[in-house]
Amino acid sequence: MANSEAVAAAFDDGPAYVPYLVVGDPDYESSKAYVEALDRGGADVIELGLPFSEPIAEGSTIQEALVRSLDAGMTPTRFFEFAEELDVDAALVCMTYYNLIYQYGEGEGPRPFVERAAAAGIQGLVVPDLPAEEADPLREACDDLGLDLVFIVAPTTRDDRLDRLMERVSGYVYVQARLGTTGARDDVSDQTTQSLDRLREYDVPKAVGFGISTGEHAERIVAGGADGIIVGSALVDIVAEGVAEDRSSAEVADRLEALSRELKAGAERGHRSRTEPVESA
Amino acid sequence: MSETDTRTTEEMSRRPGRERGRDDGKFGRYGGQYVPEALMPAIEELADAYERYVLDNEDGFVDEFRERLADFGGRPTPLQRADRLSERYDTEVYLKREDLLHGGAHKLNNALGQVLLAKYMGKERIIAETGAGQHGTATAMAAAHLDMPCTIYMGERDINRQRPNVFRMKLNGSEVKPVTTGRGTLKEAISETMRDWAETVEDTHYVIGSIVGPHPFPVMVRDFQAIISEEAREQTIEQTGGLPTDVVACAGGGSNTMGTFADFVDDESVALRAVEAGGSTLDVDEEAGVAPNSASLYTGDEGVLHGARTKLLQDSDGQIMESHSISSGLDYAGVGPELAYLVDEGRVDPVAVDDDAALEGFHRLSNTEGIIPALETAHAFGYLEEHHEELGDRVVVNVSGRGDKDLDAAIEETDQRDVANAPDMSMFTGGM
Repeated sequence: MANSEAVAAAFDDGPAYVPYLVVGDPDYESSKAYVEALDRGGADVIELGLPFSEPIAEGSTIQEALVRSLDAGMTPTRFFEFAEELDVDAALVCMTYYNLIYQYGEGEGPRPFVERAAAAGIQGLVVPDLPAEEADPLREACDDLGLDLVFIVAPTTRDDRLDRLMERVSGYVYVQARLGTTGARDDVSDQTTQSLDRLREYDVPKAVGFGISTGEHAERIVAGGADGIIVGSALVDIVAEGVAEDRSSAEVADRLEALSRELKAGAERGHRSRTEPVESA
Repeated sequence: MSETDTRTTEEMSRRPGRERGRDDGKFGRYGGQYVPEALMPAIEELADAYERYVLDNEDGFVDEFRERLADFGGRPTPLQRADRLSERYDTEVYLKREDLLHGGAHKLNNALGQVLLAKYMGKERIIAETGAGQHGTATAMAAAHLDMPCTIYMGERDINRQRPNVFRMKLNGSEVKPVTTGRGTLKEAISETMRDWAETVEDTHYVIGSIVGPHPFPVMVRDFQAIISEEAREQTIEQTGGLPTDVVACAGGGSNTMGTFADFVDDESVALRAVEAGGSTLDVDEEAGVAPNSASLYTGDEGVLHGARTKLLQDSDGQIMESHSISSGLDYAGVGPELAYLVDEGRVDPVAVDDDAALEGFHRLSNTEGIIPALETAHAFGYLEEHHEELGDRVVVNVSGRGDKDLDAAIEETDQRDVANAPDMSMFTGGM
């Protein structure tokens, strides 16, 4: 099912390119330029990372980015201001950890966070440390306010859990391509194909993430049946390099836009290979 | 288990007072399983193994565990009357001597239990995180004893501060991996160990060091540590003819605390006192994200950290604060969900003892009873000094660990203060 029309539309028309960046990395203004570069590069949905001090699901690339952002003063309040100020066409999804959602605003439970997110134009949430079993209060608030709640399916997710997750998911399902935490890798795992096969019967867009860093990866994954690709660490690496090499934010933004175009083009090639008959069979 | 005890192992491991949280990992509003999806199958598998081996003694797991605790660990540990402290406070003070367990602290009860369980589950590799190195050294000992390859993650800053413990782990054949991300302390080490586990769940067991983390860790670690209260309860009755009026234990994550309290929870006449590290002050510096204490039961708010809903030291946004204590073993921003629940229920009384009082407690036990306690344990003795008038006439204090590991820190901290009951070390420390 889908709560957000914008997220549904992103998957309606060809494969969705779903990039991720940590908001406020390495500082507020540069970060805004970077997210807007992703949009120019063809993003359909943008996952905005709101940094938490204990990110147990992230690889070291993203963990370092979260530390840079926190050190530069990012908070949930600033995060929502950031989302409001963005000038982008892509649908916005917030990725963060449950404690920040739970503590936000006055009163008990996750609703104040979801209300504020909705007001800031956020269309969905991904919460990597919130399993389906604990998600009902958040799911209810998301349903009431028109946000999607995206769940991650891992290669180790057993079938009984898969049903439980798929009953509660909305917008798209985040298919973890291989075991481990986030991070760019050179290979794209066979586990991806297996995961996509298991999900075929469920009527929700499948976006594959973890380890995608080139247009060729994107092409193969979409050719293998994915409805979208999620790319995080490869983009965060560009930001980190920019910090290490002392590059201007305009140059970093150009690099982000260029990689985005490559990834998006790869995804589209993959999609064509699925829909067009193979010429030289 | 005493010789006249006719209960079966199954009855022993399903003792009353240990039912809380067993089925679903919930302690009232606390507990749960807040972990990435990739780890869910691993903790479900662990919950299943916990039920089969630890609760139902399948394949004789509990028998082997208890045998190894006796032969390798040196259990049972004594319950000893502290004559000078009894006189000083005009009450009967009994010491549960976990400092005499192999390794010098209660940590082995849990490490041995989990490494043995991993073996029964067919896992081939052990990983663990460690802050100051106490849990890491206990895990390394257990892994060597049970012939399991073991990797310990430790923050780079902690490695520099705790060299002897790094050597101990390496001497026992463990690999020690420095964690350089972030600030290089315990919380980065926990994240790094979770990352390893997320990639290796199929053949690896993650030995968590306290009653924290996702279900089934809090109940499982409690059950392994509950041997402390099982013995202490029987020993108190045997030696004094009745139950204690008060049971006192220091509390960081809470494993020695819950282990000492477990079998007394249903004895309503027994007051349970959890002594937290009050650090330098209970005030927090929200701007800097620093809580100069580790008193999460006493001052913390509900939140979600490292897989469980519990009481935490956090800022108003929900970011976790840097905690502090003179004793690195209590230095943690969270606490076990079961203790958070028992505090809310009014069953456990949380108290905070600051660095100064803990240091005095360290010297007092050393020079009056001939026992040098760990700085963690010293908080319980700081509490006795400050609150003895509130206690009943028969008090059991858990001596959770010995202080050999803390000598450098104790001398340095004493040097910075005017501690009335401390020996004059100036002629030895002057050249330092």
